[in-house]
Amino acid sequence: MEIISLKNLTKTYREDSIEVTAVSDITLSFAEGEFTAIVGPSGSGKTTLLNLIGGLDAPTSGEIVVNGTNLARLSSSQLTDFRLWNVGFVFQAYNLIPVLTARENIEFIMHLQNKPVHERRKRASELLQAVGLADRAKSRPSKLSGGQQQRVAVARALAPRPRFILADEPTANLDSHSAENLLEMMEKLNREENITFIFSTHDPRVMKKARRIITLEDGKVLRDEQMHK
Amino acid sequence: MILSLAWKNIWRNKPRSLIVVFAVAVGLFGGLFSSAIFIGMVDQRLSDAIRNEVSNLQIHHPGFLSNREIADTIPGAQNVLRQLRKDPRIKAVSERIKIIAMASTASGGAGVKINGVRPENEMKVTALQMKIADTSGSWFTSGRKNTIVVGQKLAEKLKLKLRSRVILSFQSVNGDIVYGAFRVEGIYKTYNTSFDETNVFVRNDDLAALAGLQSQQFHEILVSLYNDNTTDQVVDSVRNTFPHLETMGWKELMPDLGLMAEYTNAWLYIILVIILLALSFGIINTMMMAVLERTREIGMLRAVGMSGKKVFLMIMSETTFLSLTGTLAGIIITVPVVHYFQLHGLNVLMFAKGFEDIGFAAMIYPRLDADSYAGLIALVMLAALLSSVGPSRRALRLRPVEAIRTL
Ligand SMILES: Nc1ncnc2c1ncn2[C@@H]1O[C@H](COP(=O)(O)OP(=O)(O)O)[C@@H](O)[C@H]1O
Ligand SMILES: [Mg+2]
Repeated sequence: MEIISLKNLTKTYREDSIEVTAVSDITLSFAEGEFTAIVGPSGSGKTTLLNLIGGLDAPTSGEIVVNGTNLARLSSSQLTDFRLWNVGFVFQAYNLIPVLTARENIEFIMHLQNKPVHERRKRASELLQAVGLADRAKSRPSKLSGGQQQRVAVARALAPRPRFILADEPTANLDSHSAENLLEMMEKLNREENITFIFSTHDPRVMKKARRIITLEDGKVLRDEQMHK
Repeated sequence: MILSLAWKNIWRNKPRSLIVVFAVAVGLFGGLFSSAIFIGMVDQRLSDAIRNEVSNLQIHHPGFLSNREIADTIPGAQNVLRQLRKDPRIKAVSERIKIIAMASTASGGAGVKINGVRPENEMKVTALQMKIADTSGSWFTSGRKNTIVVGQKLAEKLKLKLRSRVILSFQSVNGDIVYGAFRVEGIYKTYNTSFDETNVFVRNDDLAALAGLQSQQFHEILVSLYNDNTTDQVVDSVRNTFPHLETMGWKELMPDLGLMAEYTNAWLYIILVIILLALSFGIINTMMMAVLERTREIGMLRAVGMSGKKVFLMIMSETTFLSLTGTLAGIIITVPVVHYFQLHGLNVLMFAKGFEDIGFAAMIYPRLDADSYAGLIALVMLAALLSSVGPSRRALRLRPVEAIRTL
């Protein structure tokens, strides 16, 4: 089932009267349960594209429809709610709130959603288990390795059961071993719980875990391939 | 959760937050303690004035206070006294003859107010006998006629000693100038030198004879109460019972002190507002820095769906917690200090002379009420609320995409 559809999406930045087209006339769609990598060299528009899909940025032209909702129709506070209830974000770094423990970070979004305490507790325990950090529940981010922090970030993003997870270079700050671990964990969650992941990367080893690879170049889709495994 | 997050956030930069807490604590301590001293001074001045000078309320012939006419005695004074003594709220009453006179000795003269009193009644009201030192004589216990008790300041001025003779001269009821010789029996000293300089006390029988007044004619009745707070009530009921007389409470008798007493709290709040205003700049600055440092984090929070309202609430709570922590620290320092000096007194002996010239004791017993602390906390909340507007708005102006881009 299609959950995201992009039509002639263009995003142009203007800085000091120089126009940069970060995303140029992209038409794509994503289905539930995908495990998709967006790849391309630095500056090719990966971050811009993910931000547009996540409702963090507005396109210059074109259309973004998520679950039948055209994002252009939403006010900024509606967009905040849209992100809260539909999208799970994993950023390259600074995902976590440094003063909260791993468990509290995972519960944070459910808190924003006013989920009852027993539900938060149960879900957080479940996810700590799933990302292999059950024994680090009470650790603050600074006491966790980069890879562990990103696992907590994935758990945090998954906690409220969003429609899909957008991860912008989640492995960029990780060593290759941790990067592979994180990807394996994400892939397992995708396989076993049918969670949709769209992530960007320029790491070939991460790329090859994906089942669909969309290659960008200068803001355009160069290739869109299904990997058969 | 936002509250607990806010609390944790303020301790991220411990030294910086502690400096703010310390500044708030010290600033408020200064404001509170100086106000407590001021309130203590006013309290003491007030209680002295009530205890030793004017009593809780006074009754006069309606024209007496403005004209000082010796013939304006209280009509039916005996009846008035009898009625007053029946009132259970009233502790004691003292009837006085009051005459403006000239006091002269070989060394000079001075204008004085003669208070012709029944010593045993007067001592229950103004308690001046307590203000006579052991070596300075006594309060009409000698049994001799025509004795006088004077204040120390006047004694110094006229070089009076115990048993010195002083001549009082004034206009009698008939309009003649009369002279009377009195022997000093006691010298009193209150905290109010100007009171001591002008008020002398003699027996009313001695004075009446000299002035040509009948034995039951008085100008002034002083009333002292068990409870100072009932003054207004008693004034009202005396007014109702004796509408033809002029009845005034201490606030009207001493309008300047009355005003001071009314405004001690206002004074406290004015000082606190000024201090909080100054502290607010520090708090605003600190919070601005905190928001700036956390640009990326706040951007992330907005990105994952934290509403502007909640971000605002978070920053506001941080500001409030920071200020309140400082306030509590300030109160924790202030309470024992004020309490200590309230019990033991704060001696400002070096300024004693200047203080006593304006009627204040050199020993001050600072005081602050629980109300004042509660009012302070309310003020701080308000200040924190206002201080958080700037930093919160800055946090809200962050666009999440841009904040995250700075990764
Ligand atoms: N806020 C911005 N202002 C101006 N140019 C920007 C801004 N954000 C991105 N760009 C430009 O858009 C292009 C695409 O950037 P980005 O989406 O970050 O690519 P990637 O994530 O693939 O590295 C780059 O040329 C970048 O310089
Ligand atoms: Mg990027």
